[in-house]
This record gives sequence, C-alpha cells and structure tokens, in this order.
Amino acid sequence: MTSVISVICFLVLAPFVGGLLEGLERKISARMQGRVGPPVLQPFYDVRKLMNKQTIVVNKAQTLLIVTFFILQIFTGCLFYAGSDIMLCFFLLSTGATFLVFAGSVTYSPSSTLGANRELLQMMAYEPAVLLACVGFYLANKTFNVSEIIGAHNSSILYLPGFFIAYVFILTIKMRKSPFDLSTSHHAHQEVVKGITTELGSRNLALYQITEWYENVFLLSVLGLFIVNSNPISYVVAVVVVLAVWFLEILIDNTSARVKWYVLLRVTWIVTSLAAGINLLILMITRRKLL
Amino acid sequence: MLVVPFLICFPFLVSILMFCIRVNKVRNAIAYISALVIMGGVAVLVIQWIMGGQKPIALYYDTHIVDMIMLGAELLLMVIVTILCFKYKRYWISLLTIVPTLMLAWLELFGPETERINHIYIDHLAILMCIIVGLIGGLIIIYAVGYMHGYHHHHLEFQDRRYYFFMLLFLFLGAMFGFVLSSSLNWIDLFWEMTSVCSFLLIGYTKTDEAIENSFRALWMNLLGGTALAVGIVYLSLTYGNLNLQTIVSRGPYYNSITLCIALFAFAALTKAAQLPFSKWLMGAMVAPTPSSALLHSATMVKAGIYILFRLSPAMSGTTTGMMVAFVGGFTFLAASLMAIAQSDGKKVLALSTVSNLGLMTACAGVGQAETLWAGVFLMIFHAISKSLLFQDIGATENAMHSRDVEDMHGLIYRLPRLGQFMFIGIVGMFLAPFGMLISKWSALRASVDEGNIILVVFICFGSATTLFYWTKWLNKLISSTEEGPIKDITKRNEMISLTIHAGLMVALCILFPLLSKIYVEPLLSEMFGTAVSVLPQSLLYVLVIIIMVVFLVPLIAYRYMKRIRTNEKPSYMHGVNEGDNRSFTDSFGKPKELVLSNWYFKNYFGQRKLMFPCSMIAAAVIMVMLSVIVGGALL
Amino acid sequence: MGKVKKSPWVIHYDGASCNGCDIEVLACLTPVYDAERFGVVNTGDPMQADILLLTGGINAQCEPVVKQIYDQMPRPKVVVAVGTCACTGGVFKDAYNILGGADKVVPVDIYVPGCAARPQSIIDGIVQAVELFQKRSDIHDQRVKQGVSEAELAAASKEAGKKEGEN
Repeated sequence: MTSVISVICFLVLAPFVGGLLEGLERKISARMQGRVGPPVLQPFYDVRKLMNKQTIVVNKAQTLLIVTFFILQIFTGCLFYAGSDIMLCFFLLSTGATFLVFAGSVTYSPSSTLGANRELLQMMAYEPAVLLACVGFYLANKTFNVSEIIGAHNSSILYLPGFFIAYVFILTIKMRKSPFDLSTSHHAHQEVVKGITTELGSRNLALYQITEWYENVFLLSVLGLFIVNSNPISYVVAVVVVLAVWFLEILIDNTSARVKWYVLLRVTWIVTSLAAGINLLILMITRRKLL
Repeated sequence: MLVVPFLICFPFLVSILMFCIRVNKVRNAIAYISALVIMGGVAVLVIQWIMGGQKPIALYYDTHIVDMIMLGAELLLMVIVTILCFKYKRYWISLLTIVPTLMLAWLELFGPETERINHIYIDHLAILMCIIVGLIGGLIIIYAVGYMHGYHHHHLEFQDRRYYFFMLLFLFLGAMFGFVLSSSLNWIDLFWEMTSVCSFLLIGYTKTDEAIENSFRALWMNLLGGTALAVGIVYLSLTYGNLNLQTIVSRGPYYNSITLCIALFAFAALTKAAQLPFSKWLMGAMVAPTPSSALLHSATMVKAGIYILFRLSPAMSGTTTGMMVAFVGGFTFLAASLMAIAQSDGKKVLALSTVSNLGLMTACAGVGQAETLWAGVFLMIFHAISKSLLFQDIGATENAMHSRDVEDMHGLIYRLPRLGQFMFIGIVGMFLAPFGMLISKWSALRASVDEGNIILVVFICFGSATTLFYWTKWLNKLISSTEEGPIKDITKRNEMISLTIHAGLMVALCILFPLLSKIYVEPLLSEMFGTAVSVLPQSLLYVLVIIIMVVFLVPLIAYRYMKRIRTNEKPSYMHGVNEGDNRSFTDSFGKPKELVLSNWYFKNYFGQRKLMFPCSMIAAAVIMVMLSVIVGGALL
Repeated sequence: MGKVKKSPWVIHYDGASCNGCDIEVLACLTPVYDAERFGVVNTGDPMQADILLLTGGINAQCEPVVKQIYDQMPRPKVVVAVGTCACTGGVFKDAYNILGGADKVVPVDIYVPGCAARPQSIIDGIVQAVELFQKRSDIHDQRVKQGVSEAELAAASKEAGKKEGEN
C-alpha cells in the first residue's frame, strides 16, 4: 500500500519538484553571475509555451522515440519508489537513455547526431559508477531492493563513502552540468548548437524537459538512498545532503569550462575505479565482520 | 535410444555424400533434407528424454569396437593434419597433433585398465547443447545453400568447392553432437580434435595467403588446447583410473590429481572459447565464408569450450582454477568489448563481441555458483541465436550492398528493410534491457558479488558500459534517416527462411525467458549442483514481464499518438545552409557539399593494434602463473 | 490560451552586419541588462526559438539562410530587425551586395533602430515582440482549436507578417 502511495506521489510531485529545482537553479546561477535571473517558475512557463507551439520535426520517428524515452524514464522512477530492485531501475534508465540517443541520431542532422554520439560516450563514462553504486548497496544491505535498503539499521553511506563520491561525480554528467555537459547543455549556444536536442522543438522538447525533471528527481532520490535508514530523522538529513550536493553541482557548473571527451572519459573512469574500486575492495574484505 | 548414435553418425554419412555428389542441385536437395532430418532427430531425442522424466541417461558401457574405430579416426586426423602442416611448411604445428594422438593411442592400446564407465550421458545441459547445435546448425545449412551460391557468383576468384564446404559443415555437426553427448573423455577428445580440424579447414577454404595464415593460427591454438586435454586424460588414467567426465566433476575437489586435470581441461576450454591470449584465432577466422563464421565461430563450436567449462564449474568453484578462469573470462569480456569500439568492419565487431560475450560466460563458469551458471546458460542461449542471426544477416547484407562496413549501413532499416530489421532485432536482443544479455549480466554481477570476486565485479561493470557503446552506435547507424533509395534485396528465399526463424526465436526468447528459466534452466542447475535454485525472485519476474510489455507497447501507443498530432517536417538545422535534402549543405562556393557523419571509433585509444598485445600478455601471464601454482600444488 | 509571453526564446542571426549590433544583442544577456529576467533565452536553434533577431542589411549570400532559419521556426513566431541596417539597409543600402533591410527577405514585425542599437532599445524591442508573440499565440491557439488545416495556418501566418509599427 505504501508503495502505491509513494509511486503516485512520485508521479504527481516529481515534475513539480524537478521544475522547481530547475527554476531555483537558474535563479541561483544568475545570482552567482551577478544577475537578477528569471522567475523561479520560469521552467514551467517554458514548458507551457512549448506545449502550445506548432510541432515541427525533422523525422517523424523522433516523436515516437522521445515518447518512449519519456515513459521509460518515468517507469524507472516508479519502480524505484515502489521499492523495487535498484539495479533493475538503472538498467531501465540506460535503456531509456538509449532511446534518447536514437531520437538524436535518427535525424541525421549534424549537431543532433554529434550530440547523440557524445551522449553515448557519456553513458559509457557513467555506467560503471552507477552499476558499482548498485553493487555497493547490495554489499552494505545484502539486498538490491530499495524497500529493504531504506529499512536498514545504518545509513548505507557509512559503508559506501567511495561509492558516494563516484556517484556524485557522475551526477555532474547525468544532470548535464559543466564541465561534463558535452551532449547538450542548459546554457545558450554551444559548439554543437543544442547538441542532442537540436532537432527537438515544441511539444517534443517539452516532453524532454519533463522527462529530465523526473530523471533528476530519481537521480537525487538515489543520492538520498545513501543516507536514509530506518530512523525517520535520516530522511531530513537525506534531504539536506541532497540539497547540498545539488548546490555543489550548480557551483561546479558555474565555475568550470567544458572539457574534451577523452578528459571526461578518463577522469570519470579513474575516479570511479579509485573511489568506488577501493571502497569495494575494503567492503569485500571486511564484509563478514560488518554484517 | 537409437537416436543418439543416429545423431552422431548420420551427419558423417551425409558429409561423405556431400563430398561425392558434384551436381549442385542434387547436393542442395540432400543438404536440405539432411538438415531437416537432423532437426527431427534432435526433436526425437528431446521428446524421448522428456518422456523418460527428464532424468539423466547414461548409455553405452562396453564399447571396445567403437573405441578402436575412434582410435583409427584419431590417427587418420593426425595424418591429415600432419600432411597439411608439411605441405604448407609449418612443421612444428604437426607436433601438436602427433604427440597427443600417439599418447592417447598408447593409452588406449597399452595403458592401464580403467574403471568401467558410461560413454554417453544425456542431461539438461547436453540436451540444451543438442538443441542449439541441431536447430541453429540445421538453419545455417539451409542458409548456406543459398549463400554459397551467391558467394561463388560474386567471388569468381575462388575455386568453387562447395562439395568440400558442405562436407565440412556436416562433419562438424556430427562431431559437435558427439562432443556434447559423450561423457567418456577419450571420446570427447576425438570429437574435440575433429571440431578443431573442421574449423581449420573451413578458415582456409578460400586458399588465399591470409586465409592460410589465419587457418594455421587457429589450428595451433586449438591443438594446443587439445594437447592440454590429452595430457590431462593420460595423467588422469595413470593416477586415477577413471575417464568419465561426470565422475571427475563430482569427485573433483577431493583429489589432487583431478584438480590438476581440471585445470588442464579448463585451459583447453579457454583456447577453444577464444579467450585472451588466444582470441586472435577467432578474429582471423572471419575470413571464412559467413555460414562457417556463424556456425563454427560464433553459435556453436566456440560454445564447446564454454560447455566444458560449464560442466567443470561445480568442481572449479572456489579453487585456483576457478579464479584463473574467472579472471581470464572477465578480463577478456572487458578487453574485447573495448577493442570492438574501434572496429568498423561489421564482421569484426561481431567477432570481437563474440569473444567478449564468451568471456562473460567463461567468467560465469569460473565463479562456479548456481547463480552465475544461470546467467551463463542464458547468455549462451541468447548469444547463440542472436549471433547466428547477425552473422547470417551481415552475410546477406554484404551480398546485397557489397560492403559489410558499419559506416555503409547508414539507414539500412529503410534501404534494406527486412535485413535491417532483422539486424536490429539481433542487436537489441543482444544487449538492450529487458532483453537477455542485460538480465544475464545483472545476475552475473549479483552472483560475483556474493562470491566476493571483486575483480570480476569491476570487469563486468566497465565491460557492460563499453558493450553498450559499440552496440548502440551500430543501432544509430541502422536507424539514421537517409535520402538514398532502397537497395535491391537479393537475399535468397532459403536465407530469408533461416533469418526469419532466427528473428522469431529471438523475440520469443525475449518474451518467454522467465518461463524458460522456470521449466528448464532451474532444473538444469539443480541437477548440476544438487540443490534447488531460484535465481530470480517471483516478484521480479512479474516486473520483468511488465517491462517487456512496456517496451513493446510504448512504441505502439506512441505510434498511435503520433498519428493524431499534426506535425510538420522541416529540414534539419545546418545553420541555415541545408540544401533541403538533409544530406548536403551549401559550401562557401555556393555549391552543394555532401554531409558525411560517421560514428566514433577512437582507433588511437582502443584500437586492436594498441590493446591486443598488452592484453594478451596480461592474460598469458595470469594463466602461466596460475597454472604453475596449480601444477606445483598438485605434484608436490 | 497559455501565457506564453513569459518565455520568449530568441535566436539571433547576423545578416552581414558590422557586428556592432551583435555585440549589443549579446550585451543584453550580460549582468548589466540581464534579459533573462523576462525569461529570454538565447537558444541558437530555430526549432526552439520564438523570436528571430536579425542584424545587418542582409546580403545576397545570406538571403536563403535567413529564409531557411525563418522557415525552421515553429509558429507562432516574431521577427525583430535590430539596428538601422536591418531596418533600412543603413549606410550600406546602396552597396551592390546588400538587399537593404531584413524586411526584403522575411516579414519583419518590430523595428529597433540605432547604429548600433542600444541594449535598452533592444530589450524594449524584445518586450514589444513578446506582446505580439502573445497575441499571435492566442490567435494560433484559437485556430488550432477550430481545427484549421496546416495550409490555412501557414497562409494566416504570412498574413500576420505585415508591419506592426516601429519602435
């Protein structure tokens, strides 16, 4: 029953939370740059406008692929909030992301295809960290099930600091923040125009935008999963930590320049294998003592 | 169970017929009928086995005459290989066949008395292999009839020796049936050598310098494995006196001598399964005509190595051998998938991905837990069907558009709709969740965590990322829109039949795999490990079914939704200089210039030239060190 | 229907300008003027843009480019000519290669004079464009609701391309 309620809450609230976070982020970014910035509700205005515009596509299959992307990403979040297997969630997330890549490359437009290739590269870069995070949860709690992880006696982060670092690191890629916003960025004008979303306009772009909100809420929820335990106070701590990381991402976004692809791949893999790898090693060795 | 000797001998008889009949039409007809008969034979075997209550069946205890015939066959093989080695001036390779064969001959004629054993053993795993070999083998032969006709039509420079080609294919099928059904190590060794030689001869089919070079590389690597197998057998019969694979596996952990032999067999299996440092032979094998690539070098023969590893896995779990196998497998999985990124030749990508997936299966076997084996068996099933489908498809595509480069497959799904779609199904079935490979990978990951095999966990995590990369970029090419017109599809009907059945099987497998797990794979595991296992919790199964529904239904619903809304198609954004056809832009001279977008390959980072040597060295070093430890431990 | 005027996304094209106006256009987005207060985003992608800012007198070579970009923008859309050159051709009016103003190529709605146009006036132009954008959007929504066909919509948007007054 609780899982049904939380899934419904996710479905209804996630776009608002996601949109609000994006609005706040734009505001905070603007303040960091010494500007006033747009209203906090700006992302909602944008999406509402996009919904009302004439739909233009380069290839009709785009809409189909974006809708599939949309539904799969939402489904991922639902699975997570239903307390299902976390590894399954991430596999589904990458399946959904693959559909976005298809939507980018199906057009054969130069910017969009280049963006799709970069997106694929980013997926290759963050996938190991994500999978290792799942493995970490399994090691710490002996289960992949979210519903059981949140009921654990201790917070997972006590066992998984390295995995946490790796996950926060790839969150920069996943949330499309500079310096890792290769495939498409929230900033105006880049060298590949709008990257993977170049050929998405009006309704398709609105759909993409909403999907991104859902996705961000899901990703930040996973971050919170590192903190949450059976103690209700931990939820408050989790929210605080999530917001702190989110602020950190904005700070990184505003203070760094976009890197080249091989820097992205190399740095991400090195951080992943060092932070998560060493943590994994220690966990595996001391596992019997811990549990 | 007369069907067992029938399955082994019938292909041999057909192969003699193939060699004798030089009229194409007659030979083709016989090939069709024989393929159907073989499939029927497998069906009979399966039905008989199910009627018998799916219990393991042990057969043929006294086989003195057959043993002698087998010995004769083995000597004949040795003579053929030796002659060929001398003909092509690769003298030292002949040692790899002479030494083990003579050793085994000595053992057979003058060796110590061994325990009375059954020679044939039929259980879930053997039945599974029979189904794979029979079904896929049969379909590939049907495909090959059409393909080879086109092949010699295009490649006039090669001598038309189809009689020889089909002879080898059937010979191989017989050997493969013999291999998976035997439990006597002597028999296994003979059939093992036969498959190696078939592969060697098929690779050299075109007789070009490259083909000969590659075929001898395949030969020596496989024979090296065969030698290890023979040494293991001789040592076993001298020290232990029992040559039954099942017995050895069940008693494995308690005897030092058996531990050593299992290590040697595992080494042999690594060569056959083309694991690093022996992967190069499989890459070279791609010069052979496509049906042989599909049958031998992807769907079935390389699975022989995996099959042996699966058989040995209960005995390997937790031992040094298991660690060696798991490391080499996991390492190969990662290294080969990295190298696959840098390949644009479709067949080479398939070859590397085969090596990579075999690596994952090897790793699963090396960990040797029921869960990993569950993953391994599923990987094997999915891989057999999808690779066979992809190889045949790429062969047909090459015949139609005279290229098998992934870059040329731009918009293939619009230009060669049926082949493009089949290729799409094959690739999606290979890796995209919720389809097979990802689920298998997932349980492999879970089991290796349970087992505490940290290095394997890391390999799988990184390897699945790289796998995702090279498959998705291929898919991108397939679906990318194009203005070029359709290509004439010259795929023969028999090729199409085989492809369609494969694609249907692939889809059915994706949908029905929870069922398959319940009714077949779990009994298989409980038979092997003696305990009932349920890898996937029931609730998860339902979730998977829902996901599968979503993935299939969403595009359908989206399609309907798409029809209702009004969309305008506009040219893609090329900074305002799109010529209007999305294929070219106006250059600075005001002339249209064609736009060419290519996938990323990173040749300077992940190229085979860069990675193959160091990776081979690492794997070789690990194998040598581990083998020394095992041999030392057993002998001292 | 919706209040779309809160989210004007801009694409900016340099049609043979001396770059003076372009610098001013970008200056609008800097902290001093901060056009993002009004929700303005410089997208650089016609498919996502609502307002087309044109600078320069448009030469023969970039005529098809401007036309294509205009065509790729989804309806409803507004065109703003920024700077004297874009309004009339300016000092380059009689040059052999200059067509003499953005309205020779695409229907211009708002004219922002100045050489170079000052950020304040550009922002003023955008704000006026936003009002127009809202009006057009309402008409567009009404038409879509009535089930007007695509061809008629296209004709209607051409009709709307008449001059709406100068700044």
